[in-house]
Amino acid sequence: MSIFRRNVKSLEEQTDSDIFNKETEGLSQGQIVLKRFFRHRGAMISLIVLFCLVTFVFSTLGFKIFGIGYGGWWKYKITDLPALRTSGCSIELPGCPTLDLLPGKNFGLGDHPFGQDDLGRDYFALVMRGAERSIEVMVVIGLVAGFMGIIVGSIAGFYRGVIDSTLMRIVDFIIVVPVIVLGSVIGYHFGNKGVLFLALFLGLITWGGLSRLVRGDFLTLREREFVDAARVAGASNLRIIFKHILPNAIGVIIVNVTLLMSGAILLEAALSYLGFGVVPPDVSLGLLISEYQDSFTTRPWLFWYPGILIIIIALSVNFIGDGLRDAFDPRQRRRISRKDRAAERLAGAKK
Amino acid sequence: MLAYIGRRIAAMFVILFGSTFLVYNAAAYSGDPLEGLRSSTDPKAHQQVLALTRLLHLNVPPPARYFIWLKGIGKVFTGHLDLGKTIDGNKVSTYVSQAIPVTIRLILLSFLLAVFLGIGFGIISALRQYSRFDYAMTFFAFLMYSLPIFWVAVLLKEYLAINFNNFLVNGTIAPIWIICASAVSGVFWAAVISGTRKKVITIFAIAAAATVVFLTLLSVTKWFTHPGLGPIMMLVLGLGFAVGITYLSTGIGNKAALRSSVAVVMVGFILYFPVEYFLKRYPSLLTIVLMLVVTIATAITLGYFFAKVDRKPVIRTSVITSIFVGLLFIIDKLMKTWVPYINTDAIHQRPIPTISESNDLLPPGNFWFTSLDTILHLLLPTIALILISMAGYIRYSRGTMLEVLNQDYIRTARAKGLPERTVIMRHAFRNTLIPITTIFVFDFASIMSGAIITENVFGWRGMGTQFNKAVHSQDLNLLMGVLIFTSSLVILGNLVADLLYSALDPRIRVVGKK
Repeated sequence: MSIFRRNVKSLEEQTDSDIFNKETEGLSQGQIVLKRFFRHRGAMISLIVLFCLVTFVFSTLGFKIFGIGYGGWWKYKITDLPALRTSGCSIELPGCPTLDLLPGKNFGLGDHPFGQDDLGRDYFALVMRGAERSIEVMVVIGLVAGFMGIIVGSIAGFYRGVIDSTLMRIVDFIIVVPVIVLGSVIGYHFGNKGVLFLALFLGLITWGGLSRLVRGDFLTLREREFVDAARVAGASNLRIIFKHILPNAIGVIIVNVTLLMSGAILLEAALSYLGFGVVPPDVSLGLLISEYQDSFTTRPWLFWYPGILIIIIALSVNFIGDGLRDAFDPRQRRRISRKDRAAERLAGAKK
Repeated sequence: MLAYIGRRIAAMFVILFGSTFLVYNAAAYSGDPLEGLRSSTDPKAHQQVLALTRLLHLNVPPPARYFIWLKGIGKVFTGHLDLGKTIDGNKVSTYVSQAIPVTIRLILLSFLLAVFLGIGFGIISALRQYSRFDYAMTFFAFLMYSLPIFWVAVLLKEYLAINFNNFLVNGTIAPIWIICASAVSGVFWAAVISGTRKKVITIFAIAAAATVVFLTLLSVTKWFTHPGLGPIMMLVLGLGFAVGITYLSTGIGNKAALRSSVAVVMVGFILYFPVEYFLKRYPSLLTIVLMLVVTIATAITLGYFFAKVDRKPVIRTSVITSIFVGLLFIIDKLMKTWVPYINTDAIHQRPIPTISESNDLLPPGNFWFTSLDTILHLLLPTIALILISMAGYIRYSRGTMLEVLNQDYIRTARAKGLPERTVIMRHAFRNTLIPITTIFVFDFASIMSGAIITENVFGWRGMGTQFNKAVHSQDLNLLMGVLIFTSSLVILGNLVADLLYSALDPRIRVVGKK
């Protein structure tokens, strides 16, 4: 019995690197990254789950962009007040959920899949609207914070000197304030202006970490030969930054923006929970949890569903981020199974 | 070194100045504390507006008002820190000074436990790379990353507090739960130790059977309603610790270390009744500290006598063992306090609290009662905070460990024939710890955010509650009082991490400019 089991694979290492070389032969960097990403099982499953979820959520209640609208397939709106369903529920608890995933005659969504709240509002519609808000907030924060982080980080890393230290001091100022503190101050005053406005402001305070990472990458990349070559060829600073260095730093950026986005969902939920985020009559998942946490013992479904939805979204975004990180990391090597090794040895022996 | 620390502290003040200036103005411009009064029709409202304006200098524009506030902070150098007045005319410092110990208690405990557990799981996960345990750990880490803390906190309240309190009414475990628990423990230990298929099945069987026996014993003897360790149980647990710690610290092969740590346990066993009397007779924190000193001194002495050569690792092992044995004494004493504690009127048979950081109804003056009360109140919030912050350490220490294991010096260590335990614990583990110090900082800031939410869910009267109050009533000075505390803590954490880094890694030089 030992925790420290010897795990030496020196004999297998040679075969493994042969397999890797063969796999990546003749492929561009982008193709290798894509190939690695598609092979990451967790990330692929998450990508499919997230795609299905987003389609499902946004089609439920319908949406309207630039005048083109879609009404949504669900029969209730969040403002509807249907009568509390009593059939099939115990007498003390009208409005219980009808979702049934087990095969049988009740299989399917039913009338109120997630039940009804104490007023009779359809909880499925509420949760779907909340999920819409979460996804919108996630995307907006990702875009805004990503944009800010890239611009500030690349300028600081490229120009160095006074510009760098000034910008990094500003980042320090923001980073030492716990994000929930700054977020609450902003959310409390701008929460009523709509969820997109809130997300915009939250994006403006969450880019600090990303800009530091981008700066770090730029500091090393700007010393490389291809930057000198571009400069000798007469490229302007802006062209060097955006055409030459930025594409080389894209791995770090994509991965961290993804992780930032999963953090953004939790941030919005936490702010709404504290009462500093989305305000009624608008709905958000965090708001739903905070509103119904006291009814957990009596009507647990009011508490479970929004939380589970937050977890599904955040978890799949996190897994996608992990898959991207593995895909972009040149040192990362996939696990070679025994079968692959046997096939490789066989091929080697035949030669 | 001193010059470096000096420079860092100067930079720290600059950052504190910048961040407080930023938040002060953001908060001041986005909210008006007089809003409610202005729209009020009360005839006295106008006078209240005037009074409040005078009290809080509201006629001064925010950037200038910041410097009035800063002047009060600057008085810290003369020993009269002035954090200003709250909106209802009280001193901010009274609120903040009550809240600080509460929050620090919560953050520090969960931070330490999260680091300890996270690094442990992360390293085991790295040693078992691509095993089922590794995949499970990765999944759990991501799950923890994605958990909304307030949601988890409500679940903990329901299942760990309310249901556990219900369970304590008769204190017996249903057979189905025993079977489930033993299956879980079997799977866990089989995954952690792992090996060939036959070995895994054996370990599973042993762990599951042990759990069944253990839980049945606890259930039959009504241990949960009358907990306690007693000298025999202490001896068994102590010997377990001695062997386990020796295994990790020096290896079982080091007979001197094994003997001295077993001797430490035996000394503890012999002194069980005197120590117990002592803890009962003089209940205070001072006693515990004194006993800790005596324990460590004893352990050093024993280690010194048992080892003839190479004393350092032996002494280290026996000291760690002695600390664990001391902890067992404290736990035993707290368990003995359990029955009288839950029978007090204030507790009324429902020991796991869901709200507040201490029970005000508890009769004061009893050291063990208040200690147990504090620990029980810490239980749920700490679990919630550990859950969300452990994930980072699991992932990061796993990644670092894997990187370290690929280094040439590990290959060298193996090539010269060192046992695998030495390679991992002495060469790989220590080098893994170095980069981990850098994420302490980020984590400290995020655990602070987590604490603000957790305090809210559990109704603690700490910084989080003050902060909540400050934002809702647009109380700028109170908000700044909270902020200056959290930011200083984060920056100090930053400094400590950097110093640790340079102390651990000889390649990093921090000597000031020559």
